[in-house]
Amino acid sequence: MFAALIFYMFAGLTVASGVAVISARNPVHSVLFLILCFFNAAGLFLLLGAEFLAMVLVVVYVGAVAVLFLFVVMMLDINVVKLREGFLQYLPTGALIGLVLLLELTVVFAGWAFAPDVEALVAAPAPTADVASNTEALGRLLYTTYAYLFQASGVILLVAMVGTILLTLRVRAGGRKQKIADQVARRAADTLEIRKVPTGGGI
Amino acid sequence: MSDTLDLLPVLPEIFVALAAMAMLMIGVFGKGEGVRPMTMLGLAVFTVAAVLAWMLGGERTTTFGGMFVMDSFAGTVKVMILLASALTAAMSVSFLEREKLGRFEYPILMVFATLGMMMMVSANDFIALYLGLETQSLALYVLAAYNRENARATEAGLKYFVLGSLASGMLLYGVSLVYGFAGTTSFDGLARLFGGEHPVASHAGLIAGLVFVVAGLAFKVSAVPFHMWTPDVYEGAPTPVTAFFAVAPKIAALALFTRVMIGPFGELADQWRQVVTFIAIASMFVGSFAAIGQNNIKRLMAYSSIGHVGFVLVGLAAGTAAGVQGVLVYLAIYLFMNVGTFAVILSMRQKGRMVEGIDDLAGLSKTNPAMALVMAALMFSMAGIPPLAGFWGKFYVFMAAVDAGLFTLAIIGVLTSVVSTFYYLRIIKVMYFDEPSESFDKPLSRSVGIVMAVSTAVVLLFSFLPGPLLSTAKAAAVALFPQ
Repeated sequence: MFAALIFYMFAGLTVASGVAVISARNPVHSVLFLILCFFNAAGLFLLLGAEFLAMVLVVVYVGAVAVLFLFVVMMLDINVVKLREGFLQYLPTGALIGLVLLLELTVVFAGWAFAPDVEALVAAPAPTADVASNTEALGRLLYTTYAYLFQASGVILLVAMVGTILLTLRVRAGGRKQKIADQVARRAADTLEIRKVPTGGGI
Repeated sequence: MSDTLDLLPVLPEIFVALAAMAMLMIGVFGKGEGVRPMTMLGLAVFTVAAVLAWMLGGERTTTFGGMFVMDSFAGTVKVMILLASALTAAMSVSFLEREKLGRFEYPILMVFATLGMMMMVSANDFIALYLGLETQSLALYVLAAYNRENARATEAGLKYFVLGSLASGMLLYGVSLVYGFAGTTSFDGLARLFGGEHPVASHAGLIAGLVFVVAGLAFKVSAVPFHMWTPDVYEGAPTPVTAFFAVAPKIAALALFTRVMIGPFGELADQWRQVVTFIAIASMFVGSFAAIGQNNIKRLMAYSSIGHVGFVLVGLAAGTAAGVQGVLVYLAIYLFMNVGTFAVILSMRQKGRMVEGIDDLAGLSKTNPAMALVMAALMFSMAGIPPLAGFWGKFYVFMAAVDAGLFTLAIIGVLTSVVSTFYYLRIIKVMYFDEPSESFDKPLSRSVGIVMAVSTAVVLLFSFLPGPLLSTAKAAAVALFPQ
């Protein structure tokens, strides 16, 4: 009973803040609602017993991604009112398509069934808490059974990094670049000169 | 699952991944290597990987707990992909140097994209499939926007990125529905579930998932009705990138499509056949009718490739070993036809500027008879006129459809093929019967000339020596079906 209440609180707030993200007038408010949404989703994960995912969601998405969004939104001068032009014009079509999709999915999910011997097929069943903690179980899977996928994800991130640098890095002609080696190699004797200043006189 | 990890089947991928990282190191820490030496390195990587893939592509072996499969289907397709990447990489060097776009990342991104394609072709699990697809797509998005000073190239990259992400989303949604039903993402597990001793009856959720998966994959192969990005991206991207897009990723995505449909969902053929048939018919229609009004040759090639995807899907709709053989034969011939045509498009330069209009080809037979002859042969082949190679590609897919009892599909295919002949013949008419305009700059770059000659030779001579390709394609096709 209590768990159900908590679930509905988290789920309701997730949906409500999700709606607020796209309807808020001020983009900064949108990002803040997004953070609220992430927190509630983390709460849902906790209810499922996936405490590691819950913490990762908070640390990575709230701590890094949402804050990055906040910076981007504040630095870019986005005119939301201008972006919203024609929003009402597309609203009926979008709402209609969304409604049809919702109905179809309701039909699909209302009569949901599982394959007969689905338990036997499950690739990596979660161990109970007394065998291994959530984090440990995930780590074991990630670095053994799913090592290929783990490495492949690494390659994707590398490609993303190369692509970002390629598309955005511009070497300016007159730019002053820090040359650490030169800085370290500088000695006091090269730049400093010690002079005796007579009392009452200038240099 | 054995306890020891067998890395031999993944050797080509490991090699390509490590080589790409080594190239990155050389590029970053070297003495400002330009695009040319890096491309040479890339060509060497492609060659070695193709040899490795060819040698390993025999017996079906799986590794990483069945997530990665190497069989003769994967081996054959990988060789085709690597060949396509190598040919298009060789063609791009002189273009990039002339347009002052020669940065060392270009070949590296091509190598990464090719790595993603190889991972796609060998995927035996939906998650492995998705990761391969994303590796490929991310590299391709960047390549599309490679010319970042050009507004159209940037637009192409952004459009491709947004729509490609949408497609990935649809694919993932479908996969999650299938996973929700079956409890596994492994292709072998799904095949056992649907085709084992107690086959599972189909279920609305499963079918919805299957349709979403097909939609996502159709997006990646640019089949109608998920094709809208293709003409804009093909037109906006730099021409060598367009050449690359038109060949290697198409082959990889179509091979992946085939493996997913025949492997895990082979027993559900009745369910997906209608969808694939519809997509094939729609693609053939749009590919032949929408191309008629085009004046830009890159846009024309985009619609032409949509049409070709439709023809390939005819073979897949048959769902038989003969159909898959037809798919592979078609893809191999498509590779050479398209690479050859793009070699011609890359040599369309007047007074040091690239031109892309079909009218710019006017009177090519007088100003450059050899190139006009090459283009004419390629266009006849694309239209499917015997005895050129393109005819045989269509012949095998349509025969497979007829054998599978899909008469309507085969007839529509032949009719749309006739319609598409119109715009291929129009190019030949412009080249041979119109008054010459400005002649193209000479001389050709040597690598473009070689690629043009090789692909034309294959297209012309295929009819005399079809045996090796047919038998390889047959062995590869049979490997997909459970013995």
